[in-house]
Amino acid sequence: MARTNEFALRNRMRWFGDHAASFLCVTATVLVVAPLVAIFVYLIFKGASSLNIAFFLHKPAPMGETGGGMANAIIGSGLVLGVGSLLGVPIGIGGGIYLAEFGRGGKLANIVRFTADVLNGVPSIVMGIAIYSLIVVPQKHFSAFAGGVALGIMMIPTVTRTTEEMLLMVPHNIREAALGLGVPNWRSVLSITLKTASPGVITGCMLAFARVAGETAPLLFTALGNDFMSYRLDEPIATLPQQIFVYAMSPDDEWHRLAWGGALVLILLIVIAVSLVRYVTSRGVLKGAS
Amino acid sequence: MGVSIEVKDLNAWYGTTHTLQDINLNIPANHATALIGPSGCGKSTFVRCLNRMHETNPVARVTGSVQIGGLDIYEDASPVEIRRRVGMVFQRPNPFPTMSIYDNVASGLKLNGYRNRHELDEIVERSLKHSALWDEVKDELKKKSGASLSGGQQQRLCIARALAVDPEVLLMDEPASALDPVSTAKIEDLIFQLKSQYTIVIVTHNMQQAARVAENTGFFLMGKMIEFDSTHKIFTNPSDKRTEDYITGRFG
Repeated sequence: MARTNEFALRNRMRWFGDHAASFLCVTATVLVVAPLVAIFVYLIFKGASSLNIAFFLHKPAPMGETGGGMANAIIGSGLVLGVGSLLGVPIGIGGGIYLAEFGRGGKLANIVRFTADVLNGVPSIVMGIAIYSLIVVPQKHFSAFAGGVALGIMMIPTVTRTTEEMLLMVPHNIREAALGLGVPNWRSVLSITLKTASPGVITGCMLAFARVAGETAPLLFTALGNDFMSYRLDEPIATLPQQIFVYAMSPDDEWHRLAWGGALVLILLIVIAVSLVRYVTSRGVLKGAS
Repeated sequence: MGVSIEVKDLNAWYGTTHTLQDINLNIPANHATALIGPSGCGKSTFVRCLNRMHETNPVARVTGSVQIGGLDIYEDASPVEIRRRVGMVFQRPNPFPTMSIYDNVASGLKLNGYRNRHELDEIVERSLKHSALWDEVKDELKKKSGASLSGGQQQRLCIARALAVDPEVLLMDEPASALDPVSTAKIEDLIFQLKSQYTIVIVTHNMQQAARVAENTGFFLMGKMIEFDSTHKIFTNPSDKRTEDYITGRFG
């Protein structure tokens, strides 16, 4: 029965092909996830031991002394990222709306899109120097505000391009439905198109936020760093990445320990911020929506 | 109440394509008027000219005049005003996916700044009853998304949404072509009831549908209106040879 044999053989080949493909997919997934897990585990291993109440409540102790914490850097990162988001998110979303809804195919839109892509590729140290000469030098002092501006500008291209792409994914018939009801175009863009695209737009904002939250270079010439507690936008301020950088470079073991703790806290803060925004924005979503 | 529509020398283009050529037509108030014809004959473009949706396409252009209830819609009013008076139901159901059933129906009013809660509740209920959807959704108005309904329900939701802004004319562009026969029958029943209050213009590929719901029927072919008459006359004794060929299935 040659025919049955051929059939069995083909079946076996199919079984083999199926499992080989599955194996490759699983391997690829592991390779993608492994570094992330490894970094996280290593950070917990090295940093968790230095996390205590003092770490979150105290400012750094002078070199050589034990104790002290990174409270000033945590607050500083919060302030600088707050300024950055206030600047980067609205401008970025506004730019994305322009590209997708109003400037579509126009000359200006192409220029804006190209500029955003170039801006995305500007090395962060260059951004630091630019803000240094544009804000720090004229003001004659380093400041949390200057750091926030540097991070905010770095957020703009990511937010703009994801907003544009997400808006373009909103089906045309949804826009027509709004216009057909006698809703003015601007209203339709804000309340219908942007709202429909909002999960993607928010993801874009979170991506941009997480990316700049770990930036060190643009803060070196702008926020500078500060060993003392500061809540002011017009003074130099410590931030987690910059503090980690300084401590990791120091010869002091106690400071090394704090640097590991700082790195862990930085990652945790990003994870918490991203999860919080997701949670808050996903509430009120209806059964069966999209 | 519905109003009549007078179309004079209407021409429309998409880019360089002359989609509608010298259309002249009077559509009576409080009647259902069907537009039939093969795909690409211009009937959809025609209804989109009646609420100025045609011009939302950047390459589109239109000349001629359309009077709706005595108002010249291209001279005397903004597109936004016109679209509030001339509602539209599209071929594919297009509820707003992020909104609840309630918000979908209320959207036309809410997005235009209408805020009176009590009246909104009433309008939503009345519109959903009008579109024969109320009994199926009344318990989950604010909990369920409009997108979670079945296709036929979604289309009736879209009709309710169009009715909620209290238009005088209702344009329907193949409203049942994406629906199963049961849902189609429901939509047709609806059209029958609605025409006491609205002037209805319905584009359809389905000639039985035109015969069932419409008093008058217009036949479009290649951008021209070939014949406009009572539905009975069009389907039993058309005056133009091309109309006869089309309805007897010789082409299209």
